[in-house]
Amino acid sequence: MNDALDVALRLLVVFAVFLVLPLVVGQTEHKVMAHMQGRLGPMYAGGFHGWAQLVADGVKFAQKEDVVPANADRRVFQLAPAVALLPYLLVLVAIPIGPSEGAVGQVVDAGIFFVLAVMGVGVLGSLMAGWASANKFSLLGGLRTAAQLLAYELPMLLAAASVAMAAGTVSLPGILNAFEWWWLPWQIVGALVFFVAGLAELQRPPFDMPVADSEIIFGAYTEYTGLRFALFLLAEYAGIVVLCGLTTVLFLGGWHGPFGADGLGWVWTLLKTAVLAFLVIWLRVSYPRLREDQLQKLAWTTLVPLALAQIALTGIVKVAIQ
Amino acid sequence: MILAAQSPGFLSPSGVEIAFLLVGLVTLGAAVVTVTTRQLVHAALWLVVTLGGLAVAYLLLTAEFIAWVQVLIYVGSVVVLLLFGLMLTKAPIGRSPDADSGNRPVALVVALAAAAALVWVVVDAFRTTWIDLDGPAQGSTKASGEILFRYWVLPFEALSVLLLAALVGAIVLSRKNTGEKEGPR
Repeated sequence: MNDALDVALRLLVVFAVFLVLPLVVGQTEHKVMAHMQGRLGPMYAGGFHGWAQLVADGVKFAQKEDVVPANADRRVFQLAPAVALLPYLLVLVAIPIGPSEGAVGQVVDAGIFFVLAVMGVGVLGSLMAGWASANKFSLLGGLRTAAQLLAYELPMLLAAASVAMAAGTVSLPGILNAFEWWWLPWQIVGALVFFVAGLAELQRPPFDMPVADSEIIFGAYTEYTGLRFALFLLAEYAGIVVLCGLTTVLFLGGWHGPFGADGLGWVWTLLKTAVLAFLVIWLRVSYPRLREDQLQKLAWTTLVPLALAQIALTGIVKVAIQ
Repeated sequence: MILAAQSPGFLSPSGVEIAFLLVGLVTLGAAVVTVTTRQLVHAALWLVVTLGGLAVAYLLLTAEFIAWVQVLIYVGSVVVLLLFGLMLTKAPIGRSPDADSGNRPVALVVALAAAAALVWVVVDAFRTTWIDLDGPAQGSTKASGEILFRYWVLPFEALSVLLLAALVGAIVLSRKNTGEKEGPR
C-alpha cells in the first residue's frame, strides 16, 4: 500500500511540474523578449505584470472550435498532438533533481538511452501532423522537421555518449554521483554540441526552419486550431524544460553546487535549468534563422566532428587518470 | 513440451507472463496490419506500434538497455527516415491502389520461411530457459555490455565492418550518378 501511494505521489508531482514549468518558461519568454525589444509585454491579465496571460491564452484556446480540414486524414491528424506532447512527460519522470534517492520520479537503469529514445519519438508527432493536414505548407514543414532531426540526432547522441564514458555509467543519478567540478571544462565542447543539437531538435530559433512563418506559415502546425494547437505549443515549452534539465544533469553537475548540496541540491538544479532556459529565450531574440543548407552544414561539418573530438578527448583523459 | 510444462509451467502464469503474451498479440496484430493496409503512411505508423511493442517485450524480459536502443534506433531514426521518404514522394492521403507490386505469393513464402527459420533457431537455442524476474536484472546495461564486449566481440566487429561496407557502398552509388550526369557536358 505504501509503495503504491509513493509511486502515485511521485507521478503526481512530476505531472504538476510538467504542467507548471512550461507555463513559467512561456511567461518568462513573453516578458524577457519584450524587455529585450524595449517594450513591456503582457501587463493586464491577472493584474500584476500580466502574470495570468498564459492562463487567459489557455482559456481562449479551449473555447476555439476544433477544426479538422475536409481532406485531412482525421485520425492521424487528431492523434498527432498527443504523440508530440506525451514523450516529454515520460522523459521528465527520469530526470533527477536532488541528491537523495527520492528526488527522481523513477530511476531508469539505462537513463541516457531512455531520455534520448523517448525524446526522439516526440518528433513523430510533427511528422504525422505535417502529412495528415493535406496542406503543402504542412508537408514542407514535416519534411524539414524530418531532415533536421536526422541531422541533429547523431551529434546529440555522441555528446551524451561522451558523458556516459566519463562517468562509466548510463544512469542519470549515477552520472551525477560521479560528477566532479573539473568535468565542466573537460566536457564543455560536448555540452555545447548537446545544447545546440537539442535546440535544433526542438525547432527553436535559430533552428526554426520547419516552422518558418515567413515562408511556410507555421509548418506542420498550420492547420491546427484550439486545444490541439495549444498542445503543440505546450510540447515546445515542455521540450525546453526537458532539454535544459538534461543539459544541467549531464554537463553542469545537476544538484552539485559550490555550497549546500545536501539540503538545497534541488535549488541548484532548478537554478541551472532556469539559466539555460533564459539562454534559449535570449537566442530566439538575438539570432536570425539559419537557412536549410546552413542547418545541414552546421550539423554534419561542425557538430559531428566536434562531438567525435570530444569523445576522443574523454577517452584519452579517462585512460590517463586511471 | 513436457519439460516446459514443469516448474514455472504454462498452467499457472504470472502477471508478467500474461502481460508478455498480450503485448505479443498486440505486436503481431500491428505487424499484420502494417503489411496488409492499403494506406502507405498508415503502414509506417503501424510499424511504429509494432516496433514499440517489441521494445515493451524486451522490457518485460528485463532487457532494459536493448529495449531503449530499439526505440532509439528503429522508432526514432528508421521510421523517421521512412516517413521522410514517403513525404518526399508525396504519399497520398487515403488508399494507394498502385502500391501492390503483385509479388504477394512470393513475399508470403519468403516471410513464412524467415519466420520458420527464426522460430526454429530461437526455440532450439533457449528451449526451457526461464528468466528469474526477482533476482538481479540479467539484461541490465552492465550485463549486456560485458557479454557483448567480452564474449561476442568478433561478431560485433564483423557487423560493424559490414555496416561500414554498406555506408561506403551507398556513397559510391550516389557519387557514380552525379559523375555520369556531369560526363556529357
